Amino acid sequence: MTNAVTNVVLELAPHFEGYVYPNEATQQPLWSVLIVLYPYITGLVAGAFIMASLVRVFNVKALEPVYRMSLLTAFAFLLCAPLPLLFHLGHPERCYEVMMTPHLTSPMAIFGFVYAWYLMAVLLLELWFDYREDFVKWSESTPGFKGILYRLFTVGVTDISEPAVKLDHRIGHILSVVGIPSAFLLHGYVGFIFGSVKANPWWGNVLMPIIFIMSAMVSGIALCVFNYMVLSWIRRKTVDMKCLDVMCMFLFYALVIDAAIEGLDWIHRIYSAEEGFQVMQYMAREKLFYTLSLGQVACGTLVPLLMLGLLQLIRKRVPELARRRMYFASAALIMVGVLAMRWNVVIGGQLFSKSLRGVMSYKMEFAGLEGWFMGAVLLSLPFIILTVFIKLFLAEKPPGGQVAGGSR
Amino acid sequence: MSNTVSRRSVLGKIGATLAGVLALPVARTAKAAVQKVLVSTGAAKGYDPTKHKWVMAIDANRCIGCGLCAEACKKENHVPEGPYFRTWVERYVITKPEPGSGAARGETLVDCPEGGMHGFPPISVPKDEVQHSFFVPKLCNLCQHSPCVQVCPVGATFDAPDGAVLIDPKYCIGCGFCIQACPYGCRFLSPITKTAEKCTLCYHRITRGLKPACVEVCPTQARVFGDLKNPVPDDPIQHFYQNNRVQALKPHLGTEPRVFYAGIDKEVR
Repeated sequence: MTNAVTNVVLELAPHFEGYVYPNEATQQPLWSVLIVLYPYITGLVAGAFIMASLVRVFNVKALEPVYRMSLLTAFAFLLCAPLPLLFHLGHPERCYEVMMTPHLTSPMAIFGFVYAWYLMAVLLLELWFDYREDFVKWSESTPGFKGILYRLFTVGVTDISEPAVKLDHRIGHILSVVGIPSAFLLHGYVGFIFGSVKANPWWGNVLMPIIFIMSAMVSGIALCVFNYMVLSWIRRKTVDMKCLDVMCMFLFYALVIDAAIEGLDWIHRIYSAEEGFQVMQYMAREKLFYTLSLGQVACGTLVPLLMLGLLQLIRKRVPELARRRMYFASAALIMVGVLAMRWNVVIGGQLFSKSLRGVMSYKMEFAGLEGWFMGAVLLSLPFIILTVFIKLFLAEKPPGGQVAGGSR
Repeated sequence: MSNTVSRRSVLGKIGATLAGVLALPVARTAKAAVQKVLVSTGAAKGYDPTKHKWVMAIDANRCIGCGLCAEACKKENHVPEGPYFRTWVERYVITKPEPGSGAARGETLVDCPEGGMHGFPPISVPKDEVQHSFFVPKLCNLCQHSPCVQVCPVGATFDAPDGAVLIDPKYCIGCGFCIQACPYGCRFLSPITKTAEKCTLCYHRITRGLKPACVEVCPTQARVFGDLKNPVPDDPIQHFYQNNRVQALKPHLGTEPRVFYAGIDKEVR
């Protein structure tokens, strides 16, 4: 009986049209939802960091209220970035080999190093130098476990004389400058993992790293807008409209560049119509209609472009409440749109055979390592970590009742 | 101290460069020696991979689509049940064009039920509508510039000096990047070992003087196997190269396959 039922499931599940290589006829793509989340989360990190850099490096004063929150967002998401990749491995216990014996021609081999560099040398250090003065003050004024925690974070460096704090700021600035190319490297490199696969016409594309960087910036800034508005709403605080306007101005311009480059990519594909174009056309029209045409293009790009663009033109004539709602809707739509874009790249690239003669179908399961549930858990995890960070480092009332070091 | 360049420092630098250049071959030999000890390949004891250059060629004109090769490969290499194949056979049916359509050819229909292991059902189009019909055995293309080797993050898959592209199963982390990078669909992630697997040319056999299982069972000698470094009298592989004009699969990708085909069509990918 069990056998019979299993057989039915096996016969029903794989669904192909045309011819696919026998090794491609598996029930689900080799890289599924976990690998969709990996570039998505990494992109959010890079984008949130760029957002923070606008304050530090480019001195955009209006964005100061979200500086620390952007950095903490980048940090919380960075901690979770390698998890989907790790869970996806056939042998996660061997993952250290990527760093012990990296194969230098592999685009994936350097990820461990780029990640470690970005986490340890850029983000962690920048956060520490930024918070050091506060840690010292908070550790003195906060009793109990929290106080011990803050004392631990000072790592014993308790000098908060004026020259010492000045040095902190200088080093923080330098780290931020170094951080921008590092953020580009982190995510451009993720794009290169896909862009370097010449066997797959959907992926093998010189524009892929740039598309990934731009969409990362868009999604990261949108995440900061989203987080800032949600946090203000939870704390029943009024949103700093000047800050929000400037954030969304940057979001709009990043989205314009992103949409232009992705449009250019499609124009090139359509015009050159190389081998495999027919199957790609079929994919875009049929297999990926909902996630590409509706999710990525309409909801994730055109609607936010229209809303944000309109607000750039007639901002002063739109009442604050309507503006806030439009900003929030745009940010949320963009985040969904970029997730759809990652899905279209990762899953779309595996829904057609490399024989270019057939297409596969994919129905995501609910439970299991590559299912909805696991995906939702992995996507919620950075938000949970961020909540803890905000409780600890971005408290509504500064710890111990003392005035914190301000936004920076 | 003056800032001028001294003779001593220049000589020192030239010496260091020379030493570096001279150390290269030593390093390569050392790497080969280390690989020999550390890498698990299933080769026979005392086998020297630098003294061979294995290659396979396919004469599609001879293939009758019996699928014995695919079946033998599954059994010999304990390939998992289901859609996992180290070698398989495809059937191409090219139909005649619609009369008056102005086309030279009709549709191209490809199938490969269960990797062709149990032969093929009768062609679905009426016989008089078929322009061409032929079988194409597929296997690892033994690329000279293997994209699978290039992308492996830990170097678990490598080009052996004897021409085989191998995977060290004790080292593979199962990321699947090589499977994505292979343009020919020749790799799969084993559901049993959770590592990538592919055709090894039956490395455990060829390093002991035997032929790969698929070559051994082929009733029509459509699969030709040989050692380019040690040609034998009346060498079938040399005959194949002399008597055929050959093609490689997906040549535009620059992978430079070493598996050559005779008697295939432009439709074969």
